[in-house]
Order: sequence, then structure tokens, then C-alpha cells
Amino acid sequence: MTHQFPALSPEQKKELSDIAQRIVAPGKGILAADESTGTMAKRLQKINVENTEENRRCFREILFSSDPSIANSIGGVIFFHETLYQKSDSGKLFPQVIKEKGIVVGIKVDKGTAGLNGTDGETTTQGLDGLSERCAQYKKDGCDFAKWRCVLKISDGCPSALAIAENANVLARYASICQQNGLVPIVEPEILPDGNHDLQRSQYVTEKVLAAVYKALNDHHVYLEGTLLKPNMVTAGHSCTKKYTPQDVALATVTTLRRTVPAAVPGICFLSGGQSEEEASLNLNAINQVPLHRPWKLTFSYGRALQASALAAWVGKDANKKAAQDAFFTRAKINGLASKGEYKPATPASQAAMQSLYTASYVY
Amino acid sequence: MTHQFPTLSEGQKRELHETALRIVSPGKGILAADESVGSMAKRLAQVGVENTEENRRQFRQILFSADDRINSCIGGVIFFHETLYQHSDNGVPFVKMIRDRGILVGVKVDKGVVPLAGTCGETTTQGLDGLAERCAQYKKDGAVFAKWRCVLKISDSNPSKLAITENANVLARCSSICQQNGIVPVIEPEILPDGDHDLKRCQYVTEKVLAAVYKAMSDHHVYLEGSLLKPNMVTPGHSCPTKYSAEEVAMASVTAMRRTVPPAVPGICFLSGGQSEEEASVHLNAINNCPLAKPWVLTFSFGRALQVSALRAWRGHKENEKTATEQFVKRAEVNSLACQGKYSGGDNYGEAGHRTFGSCHAY
Repeated sequence: MTHQFPALSPEQKKELSDIAQRIVAPGKGILAADESTGTMAKRLQKINVENTEENRRCFREILFSSDPSIANSIGGVIFFHETLYQKSDSGKLFPQVIKEKGIVVGIKVDKGTAGLNGTDGETTTQGLDGLSERCAQYKKDGCDFAKWRCVLKISDGCPSALAIAENANVLARYASICQQNGLVPIVEPEILPDGNHDLQRSQYVTEKVLAAVYKALNDHHVYLEGTLLKPNMVTAGHSCTKKYTPQDVALATVTTLRRTVPAAVPGICFLSGGQSEEEASLNLNAINQVPLHRPWKLTFSYGRALQASALAAWVGKDANKKAAQDAFFTRAKINGLASKGEYKPATPASQAAMQSLYTASYVY
Repeated sequence: MTHQFPTLSEGQKRELHETALRIVSPGKGILAADESVGSMAKRLAQVGVENTEENRRQFRQILFSADDRINSCIGGVIFFHETLYQHSDNGVPFVKMIRDRGILVGVKVDKGVVPLAGTCGETTTQGLDGLAERCAQYKKDGAVFAKWRCVLKISDSNPSKLAITENANVLARCSSICQQNGIVPVIEPEILPDGDHDLKRCQYVTEKVLAAVYKAMSDHHVYLEGSLLKPNMVTPGHSCPTKYSAEEVAMASVTAMRRTVPPAVPGICFLSGGQSEEEASVHLNAINNCPLAKPWVLTFSFGRALQVSALRAWRGHKENEKTATEQFVKRAEVNSLACQGKYSGGDNYGEAGHRTFGSCHAY
């Protein structure tokens, strides 16, 4: 191993670092509005709305035309390619609408998963070909950050060593390319909650995966201060019979991150996965109350957990636009508070959940 | 990769973590008094003292008989094996003298470097054979932490990939074995300051080495909260023509740590390497005043930088013992201030006060 060949100039580093800090400014998180066409089909089907380009545009319009004060809770919006070039009702390009509110524009740049032969249904993610040129273009078109999602799963034999190493490597390559083009890379190594594994198992796997991710980022000379992480929270599998409180989830999650994510990373923006809107908010809130030192911002990058109520209120009808927007605004505000550990749920049931003390019955 | 097979019970983790925290309590650091017989030969030769077991005992006694002032400056003392079983003139075991003042006892457990064939003079460190049994015995004999030193060097071709991975692996194995026996591992991946490389080069190499170390620690399932790191500060090589301020050394060091050392590690105790006593203190002070967020304690694990003045005052003469001890206490107090960022600097470093740290983006 020899000399360093500087990957970025001090000016490039400063730009990336400033962008990352703006996205995770106190009280703010990310709206993940980057559902692919296929994923939008699923969302719209649930509310019996046809998956047309206009309907997709319409729904994003509802979100993006929120009152400018939405910027107090939203630091960044992730776009899907199609949406980046769509316009609002007023004829303004969506990125511009978002930027005018002082929110940073991001773009999903991966091209979906591809099978890893010889594994038990595991995948890597493709999209590196021509990525540099695409990033340069996205930067010109108003983007300042990008997102790339890798997927791992837990089962008896998974994740395998190959899946961990391959996905960590592809995330690091992507991150390196983004930074060369002035885009802050959000690195998303999602470990699916499918399965009956318990909280401990999820913690163990998440620690191994994140250790591999940060080793790969280091190997690829990625500037950590100009990146963000989008991991899963540490939760039990969906079919796990044991129930855990938000405090259990929070302690396991923060412990995992403290063991693997260098302090140089400015922010960790959790994905919501299969969690309900309220669950995702309560968990994020508990995470921000864990009595361990947390040197990075801990906030949200939510898709469903910010949009489910809005979608359900809209059901494709113009008349419901305001109600849908209010629903979105409400979740954004709540998650903004949760990202500071200041969310106080109104309902008694939620309050009971908040009142469990941190028990040290399991030392993580 | 499958299920976790828990390595440590809840009680074991708690014990290790609490020990680590005590060693690096606010204002405290480590006295590295673990010079091997060979290293002591060099130290004693410099002050014209013969390298006998008795002389080694006498000098350690000078350090260990310091008064209560060091209780708030020293969290742990690293012993060499021989010293662990020596006594004071009054027949009090050194281990007891140290423990009685609330200072924790550690022991050097590695068995020195051995060459890596096929490399340009690089080494790994041996000592894993029977390490579990040795740790168990040391625990019985009063030690609660251990130190293992690996050595890397910077040159055109070094450190090589092999040297980095091999040393990272052996540090992780040592850590794993120590923890099984209730001993907190202090891992030392020292990158020597020999050479004419600049500050940037040292920072780059340090980042690569530490990233590999912590990946190995994860692979070996080491409980980070019950471990400590003893790295080099990031400095230019000894023969580098460019001079750097304490603030530059601090920024480079803290930046490297922030990029590689997980927040779960309770403390980072810098080695002093070839630095003078004052240099080491001033650097440690600047590190603690660095305006970047630092989630671990940043303190000292100094050998020479705590003992040089004491050695020179002693020169092997009994009548100089008290003066020598006083020299040691002075350095201990200075470093206690430095590890809290409160040391206003000695004679050679001009005015104290506010120095600018400059932009972090250049690192």
C-alpha cells in the first residue's frame, strides 16, 4: 500500500460535507419519494388508483406543494428519475419547487437488484455502468445527493459472506463515483425484516453488515464526512413471536451503530421498512432518547411511513388533496420531533409504550 | 454467516466495560512502565546505569512510590512480566502498591516482533501460544488489563497489505483471548515515525491501518466497549522537512480517529513514540481542544514521555530518588491537564491561549 492519491480537493470535500449537514440539520429528515414505477403500482393499487404517469405526478404534486414550513421537518427529498423531470400544476419543474423551499434534492441512482448465483436467493444491486455520467447530469439538473439500495436477508444461511462482501463493495463503488460528481451518496444496506429471527440475531447481522460496509468505504477512499447512512433499525423479524418495546429496538439499534459507524459520518437516516407510520416515529423517538453517546444525527428517510396516510386520504380524488397534504404534513412534523427525541404521542396507548424504562435485562 | 454464539456473558461484558472506563476516567491516562529487559537496557544505558534486575526494580520503585498526587492522573500502569512479581525495598509487592491507590494494573502480554518473510523488513507480533492460560494467571495475580504491540512502518512500499492484515488479525486474536479471561485488551497498532513522509501520508496510512484493525475486531467478535486503543498520534516522519503546528497534528489525529474508531470504544490512549515529554503533552492538549466532535476519551499511554526526566534525574544514584520521583509526578500532572485540554503549555511552546485549528476539509 502506497501513497494517497487525493480523491477530492478540500473544496469538493467542503461542498459534500455542507450538503450532508444541510440534509440532516437538527429536526430534519428525508422524504423518500423515489418509488420506482413498479413500486408505485403497488402503492396505488392499494387505494384503487391506476398507475399512470399523471397519477404518479399528481401524488408527488400533493407532497411537494406542501406549505414551505415543511422545510422545518424535511431536509431532503429523494426523487425517482421520472419525477425529476415532471412539473407541478403551476408548470414548475419539481426539483425547483423543492429547492425553493430550501430542501435538498436527491435522486435514486441504482437499477434494482440482480441475483447472486450460488446463493440462497441473495442479491446484489446493479447500476454502476455509466454512473459517473449520470451523476454529472443529475447534478446539472439540480440534485445534490443520491441514494443506492442494497438488500440482504436473514435466514439460517443468510446473509452469506459473499452477499455481505459484494453488497458492501458495490455500495462503496457507488459512493466513490457520486462524490467525484459532487453528489452526497446515501448508502442503504437494508436487511429485510422478513423472518422469525429475534432482536439479538438482527443486531448481530446488522453489526456484521455495517462493519463490512465501512471497511469497503475505507478501501475505496470514500470521504465519510460527505456521506449519509440509510440503514434498517434493529428489529426482530416480522414473524418473531417475542415482542419488543421501542426502547428495546432503540438500545439494540444505537449499540449496533456505535460499534460500526465512524463518528465522521454526519447522519444516519433510518428506513422505515415494513413499520407503520406510528411505529416508525415511536422507534425513532426512542432512538433519540437512548442514554448512550450518539455522535451522528439520527433521523429518518421514510417512504411509506411518511406517505401511507396521505395516500389513504387522497384515494385519487382531487377533492381530497388538502386532506392528503395535511396527513403528510402531520407525519413530517411528528418525525421531525422524533428526530430530536421530543415526540410526545397524544394517545394513551402510545404513551404507555413511552413509559417503559430502559431495562438492562439484556446487555447488548 | 449464521447465528451469533455469544462470547461473553452480561456480567463479563459489564466487568470489562467498567474496567476500561476506570482506566480512562476524566483526567487520567496510562503509565506504560512495561519496557522489556531489552528496552530497559537502552533506557538505562542512556543514563549510564547497568541493566540489572535490581536496577530495573529500583527505577520502577521510583515511579511507583510517587505520592497521592498521581492517583488523579494515572488510571492504569502497564507492567512487564518481571516487574509484576517484584517488591519495594519494604517488601510490598509492586502490584499491591499500585492497586492500593486505586490505580489498575495491566501487563504487556506480547512476545515481541518477528519478521514477515517476503516483505520489506515488516513484522508481525508473536505471543498467542498459551495466551489464555497466561491471561488467567495474570488475572489471579492482580492484572485487569493487557497490552499488545504491533509495529508498522511507512516507506515507499510500506505498510504492505500483508503487514496490515496480519497485524490487525493478531491484535484481534489477542483481544478475543484477553476478554475471555476478564482482561481488557489495550491494542497498539504502532506506525513508526521513522522516515521523511509528511503529515498527510501518516494520516492516510493511519486511517488504512485502523480501518483494518476494527474490521478484524468485528470479525473476531471482540466486545469493543471492553477494549482500549493505543495508537500513534498522526505526525510527520522524523526526517520530514516540513514543520507542523500542534493544531495540525491534532486535526490530523482526531480526523483519522473519527473516520475509523467506532464510538463504542471507550478510550484512545496515545503512545508517545519518539516525542519529547513536552511535545507529547502539547500534542495531547491540542488533540483535546480540537473542535471536532470526539465520542471517546482521548488520553495518554506514555512510556518515555512520562519517564525521561525521572531517569535523567536518577542516574542510578540513591540520593536522587526523591528528585526523580518528583520529575515523574510533574509529567503525570501535566498530562492529566493535557488529556482534559487544560494544559497551557511549557517553556518551549510560547504563548498558550487560543490557537486556530484551521479548516477540517484539508484533512
